[in-house]
Amino acid sequence: MSIIYFLIGCSVLLALVFLGAFFWAQRNGQHDDLYTPSVRILLDDDPDENDSKK
Amino acid sequence: MKQAEIDHKTTCYHCGNDCADECIEQDEKVFCCNGCREVYSILSQNGLCGYYAYNEYPGVSQVKAGKRLDYLKEPSIIRELTDYSDEKFTIVTFYVPDIHCSSCIWLLEHLNKINPAIYHSRVDFLRKQVNIRFDTQLITLHEVVSLLDKIGYEPLISLQDVVKKQAFDKKDNLVKKIAVAGFCFGNVMLLSFPEYLGISVYEQSFRQFFGWLNLAFCLPVLLYSSTGYFKSAWTNLKNKVLNIDFPLALGITVLFVRTAVEILTHTGPGFADTLCGLVFFLLVGKFVQRKTYYHLSFERDYRSFFPVAVQVIDGANERPVPLSDIQVGQRILIRNNEIIPADAILLKGDARVDFSFVTGESVPVSKVLGEVVYAGGRQTGEAIELEVVKPVSQSYLTRLWNNEAFTRTQENRVQTFSDKVSKYFTFALLLIAFGSLFFWLPFDLPRAISAFTAVLIIACPCALALSTPFTMSAALSIFDKNFFYLKNTAVVEQLARIDTIVLDKTGTITINGETSITAHIAATETERQMIYSVCANSTHPLSRLICQYLDNYIKISTNNYYEAPGRGITADVDGHFIKVGSAKFVNVMQAETSSAKKTEVHISIDEKYIGYFTIQQRYRDGVTSVHSLSLAYKLFLLSGDHGHEREALSSVFPKEDMFFERTPQEKLDFIKQLQQNGHKVMMMGDGLNDAGALKQSDLGIAITDNVNNFSPGSDAILDGRSLKKLPAFLKFSKDALHVVYISFCISLTYNVIGLSYAVSGKLSPLIAAILMPLSTFTIISFTSIATHLAAKRRKLI
Repeated sequence: MSIIYFLIGCSVLLALVFLGAFFWAQRNGQHDDLYTPSVRILLDDDPDENDSKK
Repeated sequence: MKQAEIDHKTTCYHCGNDCADECIEQDEKVFCCNGCREVYSILSQNGLCGYYAYNEYPGVSQVKAGKRLDYLKEPSIIRELTDYSDEKFTIVTFYVPDIHCSSCIWLLEHLNKINPAIYHSRVDFLRKQVNIRFDTQLITLHEVVSLLDKIGYEPLISLQDVVKKQAFDKKDNLVKKIAVAGFCFGNVMLLSFPEYLGISVYEQSFRQFFGWLNLAFCLPVLLYSSTGYFKSAWTNLKNKVLNIDFPLALGITVLFVRTAVEILTHTGPGFADTLCGLVFFLLVGKFVQRKTYYHLSFERDYRSFFPVAVQVIDGANERPVPLSDIQVGQRILIRNNEIIPADAILLKGDARVDFSFVTGESVPVSKVLGEVVYAGGRQTGEAIELEVVKPVSQSYLTRLWNNEAFTRTQENRVQTFSDKVSKYFTFALLLIAFGSLFFWLPFDLPRAISAFTAVLIIACPCALALSTPFTMSAALSIFDKNFFYLKNTAVVEQLARIDTIVLDKTGTITINGETSITAHIAATETERQMIYSVCANSTHPLSRLICQYLDNYIKISTNNYYEAPGRGITADVDGHFIKVGSAKFVNVMQAETSSAKKTEVHISIDEKYIGYFTIQQRYRDGVTSVHSLSLAYKLFLLSGDHGHEREALSSVFPKEDMFFERTPQEKLDFIKQLQQNGHKVMMMGDGLNDAGALKQSDLGIAITDNVNNFSPGSDAILDGRSLKKLPAFLKFSKDALHVVYISFCISLTYNVIGLSYAVSGKLSPLIAAILMPLSTFTIISFTSIATHLAAKRRKLI
């Protein structure tokens, strides 16, 4: 059962990595604008006029 | 389909406006004006017609007066506007109010195709901002702004943005604190489960290991996430105020100390999960409470209304000068539609100044040479020259901002319900805690301490602290759906408490720029045509209104046209001498005019009196519903305008409660007077002249037709279309308060249940761990459902 010490250590470490990733994203300003990216991903560089206008 | 095709032929391809009157065609597409066509041709030349693919008619009508952007060449102004600049590139962020659809995002992020010197542009849709990085060598700030202007996205550059840029980025770690608390909460829950499920005797070493880990996870929660509560409790104690943060901080401390002691002495598992969960839920409540409207500003003052720079005439040449550098004695040039930034004497030109935003006067005022023109007015007509007599910050209008109402902090205007209750709550809590301590003390010391700490833990007002934020934020989003934007959740409570409503007239209960005109003339068709022809010569707003009214006539040529500024016009038409103007100008006996003083234009032909036009402001839809408020609230009308419409408004307001021709300072004093008589006053206004009253009142609501336009600093912004819902809003705010009361009772019930365990000193960590999330869940679901139902009852959703 000693393996539990190792496994818990792993899980806490993994959780800490995710927490760190969240902090990094926060500092990087990735949570500043939560709306525009959702629209931007739908926009093409060169939309075909006939295609999207029906 | 056919119908759609026909529509396409008469609606502007760019902005979707109806262009039946005059059509401009290009590439088989129709445009309502040259502005729209120009935008289209710039886009099509640069292969950016994809703009039109995402939305139909994505543009905004370009029928508007061009603005001068010369001041953007001034180095001192450039320095203040840019975020970062060196020899290679410059970064600048603009506020563009016209951003409204996905096409806007697409176009503004493809500026690079129009001018390769713009490296990068990013749109923040909710804030309506665009961040642009461009080559400093190849393109200037002035060129960037005129490019934006050319494609129909004119950035709004005002003095306040320049001044307040620094204050904008307020550092707040709430999200990080929630992340830490959530992280610890999750891990602690996981590690606490074995304890609750039972650990067998030969696995006792795990128990200690889990305990140590739990304690380790509690540390960041205590030392990082919950610091705000300790700070707030401490400052409130110093000010001898007991708010809800005190029992919370006490509960957190006791939870931690007891957990640490139990784990270190191997006497029990402690309350690590309750501690982490408590802080996590509290912080989430705080997060929910803090709703921000990125696109709205509640703190605007005259600086965001005034331009950044003004043209100064310096001998023969003119140059733009930043407003802050304007000195007394300088000669300034104001063109059509520009705002006069400082009190000044008129030196040259025909001044017709629209003061509706400053004084509430609905009709533009004509000024004669040598007269003082007050700051804040908007010139309509030709360019004028003025000499500044007072610095910008000391003028008639801006002096208002020196009043103490603007320097006072707003926080403690109304004591919230939760503040009041938590005082008694804290006393009761301490009483029960010490009571149980002293009850057990003579028999059983460990049990006494256990009971004392258990009371403080279980009665920690988590659900109590959450009921207000969750109810109020639910209410806020209901208001929001009805175009009523509140600054923060505390405003809902203030709304429920007011008993007196003061309204401004111009722009508040009337619609700015919309007037109705009625004719009282006895004229034949040819006479009407003559009147039309004379008025068509004039650019005066009243003449234009008459022309609009007499729309279907054809203009015939006029001779000897003469315009007396501020009084009227005369001309010969077909050998008839026509006079149009004020009663005095046309030589009308006062008896012939109607008794009430209204805005009137009198007309005579060959010195024979024909009749007059009356011009009235158009009222908003909601005016009648405002009247229904008079049963429950005291209503006042407080206007800067003349009392022309006293009669018309007497159906809404009691006659003795209408006040006209009030200066901004008098308005502020009027509110103050009401407050001193013990009233809770709500002020509704739209202009700069109401700014002082809005600030002084217990609840200031700014009314605007377009929420992106300027509105004075206030607690809430109401879209003019929703004025008719005002009675429902007021009732709903009271409902919301009732929801808070009920949820307080619910959380108190939970506290009583918990206390019955706690006072006996037999509180198990499992009960605490179940009770706390359960009460939180109950409160959150109850408040959101109840608020929703209340909104439905008031027909707000």
